[in-house]
Amino acid sequence: MNTTITLAHGNGGEENNELISKVFYKAFKNKILEQREDAAIIHGGELAFSTDSFTVSPLFFAGADIGKLAICGTCNDLAMMGAKPKYLTCSVIIEEGFSIAELERIVDSMKQELELNGAMVVSGDTKVVPKGSVDKIFINTTGVGEVQQKGISSNNLGKDDVIIISRDVGCHGATIFAAREGMELSSDLKSDCASLFPQVQALMDAGIKITALRDATRGGVSAVLNEWAKQSNICIEVEEERVPVSDEVKGICELLGFEAMSLANEGTFVLAVNKAEAEKAVEVLQTFEKSHNATIVGKVSTAYVQRVVLHSAWGTKRFLEMPTGELLPRIC
Amino acid sequence: MGLELKNFYDDFRDAKTIKAYAKVIKKDASELNRDINIMEVCGGHTHTIMKYGLPQLMPKNIHFIHGPGCPVCIMPKERIDHAYLLSMQEDVILVTLGDMIKVPGSHGSLQDARSKGADVRFVYSPMDCLKIAKEHPDKKVIFFAIGFETTTPMTAALIDTVIKKEVSNIYFHINHVTVPEAMAMLAPSKIDAFLGPSHVSVISGSKIYEPFPEKFNKPVVVSGFEPVDVMQSIGMIVKQFVEGRCALEVEYKRAVNREGNVMAQALNNKYFEQREHFRWRGIGDIAKSALKLKDVFAHLDAEVIYQDILPTQEIDDHKLCICGEILKGEKNPKDCKVFGTACKPSNPLGSCMVSSEGACAAYYKYGNLL
Repeated sequence: MNTTITLAHGNGGEENNELISKVFYKAFKNKILEQREDAAIIHGGELAFSTDSFTVSPLFFAGADIGKLAICGTCNDLAMMGAKPKYLTCSVIIEEGFSIAELERIVDSMKQELELNGAMVVSGDTKVVPKGSVDKIFINTTGVGEVQQKGISSNNLGKDDVIIISRDVGCHGATIFAAREGMELSSDLKSDCASLFPQVQALMDAGIKITALRDATRGGVSAVLNEWAKQSNICIEVEEERVPVSDEVKGICELLGFEAMSLANEGTFVLAVNKAEAEKAVEVLQTFEKSHNATIVGKVSTAYVQRVVLHSAWGTKRFLEMPTGELLPRIC
Repeated sequence: MGLELKNFYDDFRDAKTIKAYAKVIKKDASELNRDINIMEVCGGHTHTIMKYGLPQLMPKNIHFIHGPGCPVCIMPKERIDHAYLLSMQEDVILVTLGDMIKVPGSHGSLQDARSKGADVRFVYSPMDCLKIAKEHPDKKVIFFAIGFETTTPMTAALIDTVIKKEVSNIYFHINHVTVPEAMAMLAPSKIDAFLGPSHVSVISGSKIYEPFPEKFNKPVVVSGFEPVDVMQSIGMIVKQFVEGRCALEVEYKRAVNREGNVMAQALNNKYFEQREHFRWRGIGDIAKSALKLKDVFAHLDAEVIYQDILPTQEIDDHKLCICGEILKGEKNPKDCKVFGTACKPSNPLGSCMVSSEGACAAYYKYGNLL
């Protein structure tokens, strides 16, 4: 590992995992942490508990802002363990000189998103630091949720499971990239940022037994599938042409040399269910506008254990790797 | 209906068309009682070939040799050190294209330099230097220019603007290299035919490859970068062997003609001249295979201005590295003892592992299923 932190250590991929394992897991080692789930399951399996910090730039972007993101992020981590988000904390670190009007705008979108989840902020903290110490505002939220369906875990995928993606992938990552200074791209693209508990609730209400759920944030769908393949000691085989990608995201990937499946999402999840229930799960998801293009993209096998294989429409295959490095364009 | 971005790639990734070409290639290749080694010179082609799994569609007697056409892969370590050292200068903002960020020199990569406080910026267009220079009049902006013929005119256009607008704080470190000289160096090896880099020909025309069928008796097909393009081009090469021809052909007709972009060529010629020699990482010295700023523009040349701090000592790759043999088609990445173990994209020991377009990196990422 490097001697200093580089941006690649925060990429949600290989370097990020190495840092977490070698520094944090090493120090904090315990059975709950080692489950490596989106949220920790505590209190005899009754509660889910998770935290997330938000540092996005720009603060306001097409489809959402840092406030909405801060609530969705933590609530979604809870939802991914089959838990209903209940109580959140909110910590903000604000740079001296930040506009109060913008702060109010951010907090207002947090409020709206909390209502949608039926959750509330019950404790908080505010710090102001000298100009230059943070980039405008950083937000941390921590949340507790009530587990509605037990046993959802990234460690439990088996040979009868199929893989479903809830919507077209890569919108958040592509939107943020297009909005960064210097890109000067104009597009209709919007972040997928959304609270996922309503969709999870509907799946549970329909009586579907969920094997694993994960929202495909940093590192995208590639990271989720690779983590599952490793944690459950299985192979995941994906039909590449079945993975939904919008024309806008495809276009940005073309221009900048990204893979849509490695781009971040903030309202897109991957679901593993028994094949007998897969069609039903897709039907339930498709009743939501936000997941109207949910689809089965692949299945679990034993072909290449701990790996993810992509099949092309013309009969070739390749491994889908864990994303590495800082997201960067190719030049020619 | 207007032209959309997807019009440029959707049809060129069509499964039916790819399968149809695979069939044609298989049939034609079966009429040959010999093997054909095709070098795709350009890293962009290597990327396409590996990403779309094209070797899996090839008959047993058609082989790919992955060429040296990745601009950061062939950059010798001492020049990567130049970028690092320049970025660490107090009053310098080093600007370059994204591919350079991860490439480790002997002190580390530009990513490491940045984490130690250097001001390193990655841009999509060299023209972004103008904005950076304007915002930081107290700093020296050095554009570390990399790439083949494809990116050279962008650098020339920036130089042109800097001179015309009398911008006083932009300098250049030029590492532009040229394709035909490297191809000529590699042509006497076991390569039977070349897939010609087409973006290079968009600038320089297809005429730059004319010596290869004539002088070296090796067919060249100038190919686009989508899988259908590459499959069609392979088909054209195989056809030449079946018919006993040896010619220069252009598959990428939608963008390439014989003469190329003469305005871009004129701009290049105005500011650049050939270096006597350039050391290609993994291959060695190739005469007249790179460009430098003409002497009259030495006042813009960071290599001249900072010559006191820039090392000239050549630094070789690890002795277990076989990139040179891989580039000549004599060996495959998997023949290398350190491939995937000591040498990985996150810690490359040799040139082919450096960028995603290098042969070893492409094998590491996509190729384990072959």
